[in-house]
Amino acid sequence: MSIRGGNFIDELRSTENSRIGLYALLLAGIAFYLFPVETAVMTMFKTESAFARTLPFAPPGADGFTLDALSTAWNTLRPGLINSLLMAIPATIMSALLGSLTAYGLTTISWRGQVGVVVLIIAGIFIPYQAVLVPLSQFWFRVFPGLAEGFINTLFGFITGGSWQYPSRNGYVQLLQLSVTHAAYGIPICTLLFRSYYQSISEEMIEAARLDGASAFSIYRNIILPLSLPMFAVTLIYQFTQVYNDLLFALVLINEPASQVATQRLAALTGGVVQSFNTTMAGAIVAALPTLLVYIVFGEQFAKGVAGE
Amino acid sequence: MREILSRLLATGGRLRSAVSRDESDGDQLATDGGATVKTTRGDSLRNSLPVEWELVESAPFWLPPVLFAGFFVYGAIAWNFLLSLTDYNGLGGAQYETFDLSMYSRMLNDGAFWQAAQNTVVLLVVFTVLCLALGLFVAILIDQQIRFENTFRTIYLLPMSLSFVVTATMWAWVYNARNGVLNQLLRVFNLEGAIVGLLRPAGVNAEVIQWLSWNTTALAAVIFALIWQFSGYAMVVFLAGLRAIPTEHYEAARVDGASTVRLYARVIIPQLRASAVSASVVLMVFALKAFDFIYALRGSQPGANMDILATMMYRVAFDSLQWAYGSAVAIVLFALALLVIGPYLYSEYRRGEL
Repeated sequence: MSIRGGNFIDELRSTENSRIGLYALLLAGIAFYLFPVETAVMTMFKTESAFARTLPFAPPGADGFTLDALSTAWNTLRPGLINSLLMAIPATIMSALLGSLTAYGLTTISWRGQVGVVVLIIAGIFIPYQAVLVPLSQFWFRVFPGLAEGFINTLFGFITGGSWQYPSRNGYVQLLQLSVTHAAYGIPICTLLFRSYYQSISEEMIEAARLDGASAFSIYRNIILPLSLPMFAVTLIYQFTQVYNDLLFALVLINEPASQVATQRLAALTGGVVQSFNTTMAGAIVAALPTLLVYIVFGEQFAKGVAGE
Repeated sequence: MREILSRLLATGGRLRSAVSRDESDGDQLATDGGATVKTTRGDSLRNSLPVEWELVESAPFWLPPVLFAGFFVYGAIAWNFLLSLTDYNGLGGAQYETFDLSMYSRMLNDGAFWQAAQNTVVLLVVFTVLCLALGLFVAILIDQQIRFENTFRTIYLLPMSLSFVVTATMWAWVYNARNGVLNQLLRVFNLEGAIVGLLRPAGVNAEVIQWLSWNTTALAAVIFALIWQFSGYAMVVFLAGLRAIPTEHYEAARVDGASTVRLYARVIIPQLRASAVSASVVLMVFALKAFDFIYALRGSQPGANMDILATMMYRVAFDSLQWAYGSAVAIVLFALALLVIGPYLYSEYRRGEL
């Protein structure tokens, strides 16, 4: 990491009092960034009467402790968690793979006008998704089913009798549509992440391979892809978090209760008429678990990677 | 996560050197490669092509994903614009017959639109400025060669890994009027009554502070929660910027006898302009996307004081089925995003950093 040698900074900042003040501020920062999470964890183990009676950040007493809220939340969210994973994992892998291919095509091979495509891709990262919502629902619920029905009934009319209907209301079909949508909108950010990485790869190596007559594909397959593995870890983790955490696309594209994703189910739990805060807090923690686990586990790996650089 | 973010941020810097490098190397390749190996592929084929060989050679890699993403991003935006010119509403299919600007003129006369637009701009500006300020402050604290630096950074950045729905759920509890932690703490210090009294002239008449329901506090409460979630991001950006400043600058200021405050105010912070710009672009876009947070907190009808263009668009289109009007609101939101990223991308392009 950064080496800022020289003892002057230590001299500058080593007065005892200012160090104590510094750490007090840093600890206050921890309190600030963690208190909503801490109160959520404490509250989810409390009974209804206990969370109304005790301070939110205090642990539940022996008489106020319960696992009921957690089990209610778990049962409500479990189908959503499974749907979320079913939808988010393929979407993440697709985005990362396509992003890697795009970045390769736009980085290690250069041609005039390339920067225009790069600008369009980078701008695509910052699009507010509201600007595509109505067309998205039109596409997935009207245009695409119509096209698919026409295609299948024309080509396989002898089997379907021309009456095949696109299963718009099938829960898995809706999850697949959501997954494809996320994969498409994930390509720009994944491309950007891979592009910055590929620009740091030694060009002599690629040039040497070219001189040996390697095709663009074999350079990708044999040189770029193996070198990209650390970047795949970074991209997959980042993109998984983004896709898993999203609510907006799911609201628009999933209308079958059975195929609702975790964020949808949590939003329904939170927005419910009766606010049992122990249950909603348990729901928040359960819904956050996959991304929290990813963050905690791989955050440490990243720290080692950064320290090793 | 840190790694990702710092890489994301470093991108701007790396793009600069790499493209210029790419271009020169590309020329070399064309001459060297052509003379030796690429003859196997045939110079005649390459020369007879109407476009560069490199374009053709790389197209199988980038063209399909770009078309796929381009259809969903730019195709959908164009489609959305087309829809905003129609009068499409209700349960039937879209009718593309008459095109006019009636939805936009309706918008100009819609008080709800102006209220949502105002809230959006306030959210955008206040959130971004305060996030940058807090992020900078925390980054400077972290940069004092402290122990357990990684732990502190990991914890400060943790809220950003959470879904808006999760954080909204947690903050609904924090802000809860009767038992929420915020009011409980204020009660401990006997401050709740004072704040209620302070807000009484503003038309408030209650015994407890209802942060999310009151007109005067609703938007501020949302902004505060969003700052909590995203100031860690600003911290990471500024930390990368601070680490890029050469040690000599600190030394020179010290030799001049500058105090720590002066050192930062005069020497260090002015050098963080690039970090501040890239962080604020990303933060503003987060603010435009704050829909998930407000929806999870209040549903699609958050009330006039918490309504932003993103929630209004969703409500108009997907609750009221006024598709064309919703599309028109979405175009305004898109234009706002362009106002933020357009100049940024253009300046990056002009400086050859893309």
